[in-house]
Amino acid sequence: MNWRRTLESICLPVGAILAGLVLFGIFCSLVGANPFGVFGSIWKAAFGSWSTFQNTLIRAAPLMLSSLCTALPARLGLVIIGNEGALVVGGLAAVSMGLAIGTSLPPVGVQALMAIAGMVAGGIWIGAAGALRHYRAVNETISSLLLNYIAIALLNHLVGGPMRDPNSLNKPSTAPLDAVNMLTNMPGTRVHWGLLFGLIACVLAYFLIQRTTFGFAARTAGGNIRAARIAGLPVGKLTIIVCALAGACAGLAGMVEVAAVQGAANESLNVGYGYGGILVAFAARHNPLGAVLVSLLVGGILASGGILQRSHNLPDATVLVFEGLVFLVVLYSDSLYGKLPFFKEKPVDASPPAVTPKSPSPV
Amino acid sequence: MTITSPSLNVSTIAAPPELQIVNMTKRFGSLVALDNVSLNLKPGTFHALLGENGAGKSTLVKCVMGFYRADQGEILIDGNPRAIASPRDAHHYGIGMVYQHFTSVPAMTVAENLVLSRYDSSTLINWKQEMEQLNDFMNSAPFQVPLNLPIAQLAAGQKQKLEILKQLYLKSKILILDEPTSVLTPGEADEVLGLIKEQVNAGLLSVLLITHKFREVTSFTEEVTVLRKGKLAGHGSVKELAIADMAEMMMGERREIKEVAKTPYANPQPVLQFEGIQANKDNGVEAVSGVSLTVHSGEIVGIAGVSGNGQKELVEVLAGQRSPTSGTVRVNGEPYQATRAEMFKHKVFALPEEPLRNACVPHMSVAENMALRTFDRAPQAKGILLIWKAIRQTAQGLIQQFSVKTPSTETPVGNLSGGNVQRTVLARELSEDHINLLIAANPCFGLDFAAVEFIHSQIVEARNRGVAVLLVSEDLDELLALSDRIVVISSGQFVYESAIAEADFGAIGRSMAGH
Ligand SMILES: Nc1ncnc2c1ncn2[C@@H]1O[C@H](COP(=O)(O)OP(=O)(O)OP(=O)(O)O)[C@@H](O)[C@H]1O
Ligand SMILES: [Mg+2]
Repeated sequence: MNWRRTLESICLPVGAILAGLVLFGIFCSLVGANPFGVFGSIWKAAFGSWSTFQNTLIRAAPLMLSSLCTALPARLGLVIIGNEGALVVGGLAAVSMGLAIGTSLPPVGVQALMAIAGMVAGGIWIGAAGALRHYRAVNETISSLLLNYIAIALLNHLVGGPMRDPNSLNKPSTAPLDAVNMLTNMPGTRVHWGLLFGLIACVLAYFLIQRTTFGFAARTAGGNIRAARIAGLPVGKLTIIVCALAGACAGLAGMVEVAAVQGAANESLNVGYGYGGILVAFAARHNPLGAVLVSLLVGGILASGGILQRSHNLPDATVLVFEGLVFLVVLYSDSLYGKLPFFKEKPVDASPPAVTPKSPSPV
Repeated sequence: MTITSPSLNVSTIAAPPELQIVNMTKRFGSLVALDNVSLNLKPGTFHALLGENGAGKSTLVKCVMGFYRADQGEILIDGNPRAIASPRDAHHYGIGMVYQHFTSVPAMTVAENLVLSRYDSSTLINWKQEMEQLNDFMNSAPFQVPLNLPIAQLAAGQKQKLEILKQLYLKSKILILDEPTSVLTPGEADEVLGLIKEQVNAGLLSVLLITHKFREVTSFTEEVTVLRKGKLAGHGSVKELAIADMAEMMMGERREIKEVAKTPYANPQPVLQFEGIQANKDNGVEAVSGVSLTVHSGEIVGIAGVSGNGQKELVEVLAGQRSPTSGTVRVNGEPYQATRAEMFKHKVFALPEEPLRNACVPHMSVAENMALRTFDRAPQAKGILLIWKAIRQTAQGLIQQFSVKTPSTETPVGNLSGGNVQRTVLARELSEDHINLLIAANPCFGLDFAAVEFIHSQIVEARNRGVAVLLVSEDLDELLALSDRIVVISSGQFVYESAIAEADFGAIGRSMAGH
């Protein structure tokens, strides 16, 4: 790849985030806070020291997993926004599995089964959107969005009724997982092993798309379905498998949230990692490795919610305004690829190398 | 050609302006697509623009239309330098263009599309008044298209007529036509160009025609400009130039036309057999109503027909892009559902029409597009892993062998010129050693004459090796030259079949017309 192109794909998202910062600064001064003070606090809370950076990492882990739920189907040309729903059903399935097994297996076995349960549930959830798309031509964006509502309603129903722990008084929850079954922190940190899951999933996803025959087939079907058919590629199968894989990643995010952070399934499951994941996927232009970096950034923004409330008297939802502004600018910046003269390849006055001067002769 | 058609409209009587393109240069990244090209379109002339695939013809006219911004050069209109930054500016100076593809909105009617195309459309449309004006316009136009039909119901020929009518309706005085006849049958092409020619003769229009067909150049145009690899290669009066001269300007060398002779194939076996195939169009209306045919090894079976009579859907069924509503397909005697495994086992290949739409992924690279059939087996894959080095090497070989003009193997195939996209697909589909069955649909649309000759010889050579070829084409000359047997499709049914030696030209024409 040409270095100007590479530079373009780094500069545009970074520039977009900077532009988002400026807009957010304007917003802060409008509500009466000193924007530079706010930026300083966000920086300190997100990346200022190892101790605060760990908060960022904790939030980045589910974002990485949830972003894959949008990024993978995007390679097939599908816009899936069912991250939140897949995350919620994944969390529910993981808790149910953990509670059902209890302590009858060693903790590692329980955790593995919980992860599988979360992935299967999330996979079925988004796989259903893929199947609807393929067999009945239902728009996948709308169906996955509606599946979010269904998942959240299901969560509220279960934790408020059939699965409710009578001891959870003001915040209805399922019964807590046994403490031994919780995901532990990585040695020497406050960051749980979910971060490793996220990193591995992103690297695997990148590898799957760029380096395997499956990824090639998926990109072909995503780029032009007619060409894929003429090459005999099984378009329907690809759609459903990719959607299911995507949902499995978000489902795993749900498992990580319950097994490492919440300890039970409750309404804290849908605190925005799902929607944050959509933002991450778009800002990373659906590149799984880019999603790792963007997740750190968005994780940092989310981690700074508390401090804005404490030291600037801003509601902690202010960071969501920030997130939204960045999202808008990032989507806009997408339209600038190939438009800025600086990033265009410089002309060289030689005829291109691959051209054979001869006219075709029968071979 | 002494009869002049009725004038379009009082205001179009004014003569068209003179258009001069002076020293125009356009680069795409490192590729110089146009290098100091000049062209002079005199008022009231029919001017041809010739050149090989990728010579820069479309780029030149897109610069004139304000689609691309030229890096250097000027456009003079009636001698005055003018800046054209958008098609709207071009329209302001009376310049209109008809593209290689259709631009009408399929769900809307002809009348709606015409009104929509106007740049000055007000927010409120007085339909009664508009319809009166449209009727008047249509009555005085050189050819007619029914105003109330939705575009989706028009045949390709009618759509192309509409694109030209649109420009007349916009009162364009300089008409740029970029391969307008590639979707028309030769008969339709002659009719449309003939009627435009009358307008030119009457001094109402100037036309710049991009074409690959010398027949159109000699019978309709007066002047010709030739591009070669982005440079001006020649210019002159059509009367004073022989076809061989123009071909030499295009290619930069004199070439012997080689024809590959057909040799009889010793042991013909049935390869493709289909029976009672029925299929619907996208909108659910039946397009193919029960057709049956057997194609043997070492045989080219040509399917002739006016476009829109079901041949497109039939090809889609055989190529795996559309499910038939009934009927069976067998290849080598085995049932065939066009899965990847079956395609590989029976060595079935396809050259569909409109390759960029049907057979390529525009934003993927030339190398990736060339690997579409082979990426999942050795040496391009090892287990589930792609071996990029092998994919690239194969592509480099094919680019050489098939003379694909591309800056590199990594260029998105959508950036290539129309003809080079075609060659990319051709390279992929014809490079295999053991092709068994080849399904080709209008494989030569939009190709320059050298490439047409190349494809024809490749197809005949394949047939001589024992490949069974099903060739669907709207170009009757092509079918008569290549086929061993010819079948005519009309309203979704085969209405005529004969060996080429006994084929009756008149009967073919009549059955194509549905009589
Ligand atoms: N948008 C683009 N980006 C990069 N390269 C381009 C672009 N458009 C055209 N080119 C290149 O410019 C050259 C000229 O292309 P152009 O489309 O003008 O050819 P053409 O003469 O119209 O050929 P054809 O007969 O095949 O339509 C080609 O080599 C093509 O690959
Ligand atoms: Mg062209």
